[in-house]
Amino acid sequence: MTRGRQRFTPLQRLLHWLMAVCILAMLFIGVGMVSTVMPKYLTLVSIHKPLGIAILVLTLVRLGVRLRDGAPPLPADLPEPMKLAAQLSHYALYVLMIGMPLLGWGMLSAAAYPVVLYGGMRLPPILPQSDSLYTLLWNAHFYLAFVFFALVLSHVAAALFHALVRRDGVFDAMAPVPTHNEVAAAE
Amino acid sequence: MAEPPQSSARSIFGSLVLIAVVIAGAAAAFAYTAGWFSPERLTPNKMVDALTPPTGVPLGHRRNHAKGICFTGVFEANGAGSALSHAQVFTRGQYPVLGRFNLGTADPNARDATVRVRGMGLRISTPDGQEWRSAMIDPPIFPMSTPQAFYELLLASASKDPDAMKTFAAAHPEFAAFGAWAKTAPWTGSYAEDQYNALNSFVFTDDSGAEHSVRWSFLPAAQPVSVSPDDLAKRGPDFLEQEITERVRGGPQRWTTVVTVANPGDPTADPSKAWPEDRRTVEVGTLTVQQIEPERDGPCRDINFDPTVLPSGIRTSDDPFPAARSSVYAKSYDLRTAEAKDYPRTATDAKP
Repeated sequence: MTRGRQRFTPLQRLLHWLMAVCILAMLFIGVGMVSTVMPKYLTLVSIHKPLGIAILVLTLVRLGVRLRDGAPPLPADLPEPMKLAAQLSHYALYVLMIGMPLLGWGMLSAAAYPVVLYGGMRLPPILPQSDSLYTLLWNAHFYLAFVFFALVLSHVAAALFHALVRRDGVFDAMAPVPTHNEVAAAE
Repeated sequence: MAEPPQSSARSIFGSLVLIAVVIAGAAAAFAYTAGWFSPERLTPNKMVDALTPPTGVPLGHRRNHAKGICFTGVFEANGAGSALSHAQVFTRGQYPVLGRFNLGTADPNARDATVRVRGMGLRISTPDGQEWRSAMIDPPIFPMSTPQAFYELLLASASKDPDAMKTFAAAHPEFAAFGAWAKTAPWTGSYAEDQYNALNSFVFTDDSGAEHSVRWSFLPAAQPVSVSPDDLAKRGPDFLEQEITERVRGGPQRWTTVVTVANPGDPTADPSKAWPEDRRTVEVGTLTVQQIEPERDGPCRDINFDPTVLPSGIRTSDDPFPAARSSVYAKSYDLRTAEAKDYPRTATDAKP
C-alpha cells in the first residue's frame, strides 16, 4: 500500500469512461449504418466520421497521460496467464483505437471521398486514390470492427469478473466513482 | 471472507451468470443493430442484389448505370446561384468537372439502343476543397416515390411471374407517369442532346441563412433530334459512346444548369412528382464537356457519383432517395473496387 496509487488518476478515469461511451456508440453506429438505406444512414455516417477522429485524438491524449501518470499495478496474486491476457488485450485495444480511425480515414482517401467532419470542416486525404488500397483498408476496417467489439466484450467480462468474483481492486482502479471496496480498503 | 464457502460458491455462480447475461445482451444488441434479426430490413446489399441483371453480376462495374464513358470539362458559374446558395461553386468563375455519361442498366454490355434511361454523373470541384457531386437522369420524374417501392419495382421487373409488373403497377399508381414517359418521350441519337435532371430535391442555404428547396437540371445546348427506337437499333451496340467521342472531338458540348425553386407545399420528398411548370427557375451556369475518355482507363472509373457529396450551402432534403442512393452506391463501390481484376485497365493488361 505504500508504493504507487491503487487507482487511475481522475483524468485517466474520465478519459476511459468518455471513450468507452464513444467507442461503443461508434461500433453500433458502424454496423447500423452499413445495414440501412433509410435517411438515418446519412445521419449515422455524419456522426461516424467526426466521432472516429475524436476517438483518435482522445486516444493520443490518453496515451500521453498514461505515459505521464502510469497505471496501478495488477494484484500480485493474479495468475500469470491472466496478467498476460490483460496486457495483450490492452495493447490490442490501443492499437485498434488508433488504427480504426486511421483505416477509416485512409479508406475514404483511397476512394477519393471527401473526409467531411462537420459543415465545411474537412480533413485532407492521407492516401492516393487506389482501388486495391481501398479494398484492403475497407476489409481491414470492416473485420477489425468485429474484433474490436469482441475485445470490448471480453474487456467488460474481465472487468465484471474482477469486480464481482475476484474482488481484487482491479475494477475499483478504473471505477468512475470510489466504490465500497475501495472505501473499505482505505479505512 | 467471513461468508461460509457454500454461500460464496453460490454468489460466484450468480456473478458468472450475471456476466454471461451482460455479455450476451450486448452481443445480441449489436447483432440486432447490424440487422441480423431483421431479414425484412432493406439493406444496401439487398438493393444491390435486386439490381443484378439477367446477364449476371457485372463484376468490376457499377451495379447500376453500369455502362458509361468518362468526360472532363468545366462548370462556369454566372453568379446568379449565389442568391440561393453560399456554396463557392455558384460564385462567378470556372471550376473543373469530372463526369460520366451512362446508361440506366445494370448490364455493362447492353446495346445502347435498348436502354431507355440515360444519365450523367458529375463532380464539380471548387478551390475551397469542396465538391458537388450529382448523378442525374433524363426522365422528368423518377419512377417511384420511395426506396422501398423502387426495390419492389426491381423485384417485379426481375420476376418470372408474367403478371408481376401488372400487379406492381396496380399497387403503385405513381409508376404510371414514368411508364408514360418511357413509352412516349422521343429518343435522341446523342448523349449531347439529352437533358439531365437531378430528380431529388435538395436544400440550398444562402448567405443570410435562408433555405430554398430546389431541384436542378442540365439542359443541352445541342438541338435534340428525335430518332425512332427502330432506327437506333440499327446502329452499333456502342453508338452513343462513339457519337459523343466524335462530337466532342469536333467541339466542346454545353449544358445550361437550371435550378428550380419549390414553392412552400411542393412535394420535396417525392421525386415521382413533378413540380408545377410555373416555378421560379434560375440559370446558374454552364457545363462545358471538353474531352471524352473511355471508362476503362478514364478518370471517372474510380469515382462514386454519390449525390450526398455536397458543398456547404447545399444539403439533402426530406427526399429519402439521396440517402438510399448514397448507401447503395457505396456498397456498389465497395464491391467493384474489390473486383478490379474482372475489369482490368488496358495498362494493367499489358503487364505480365
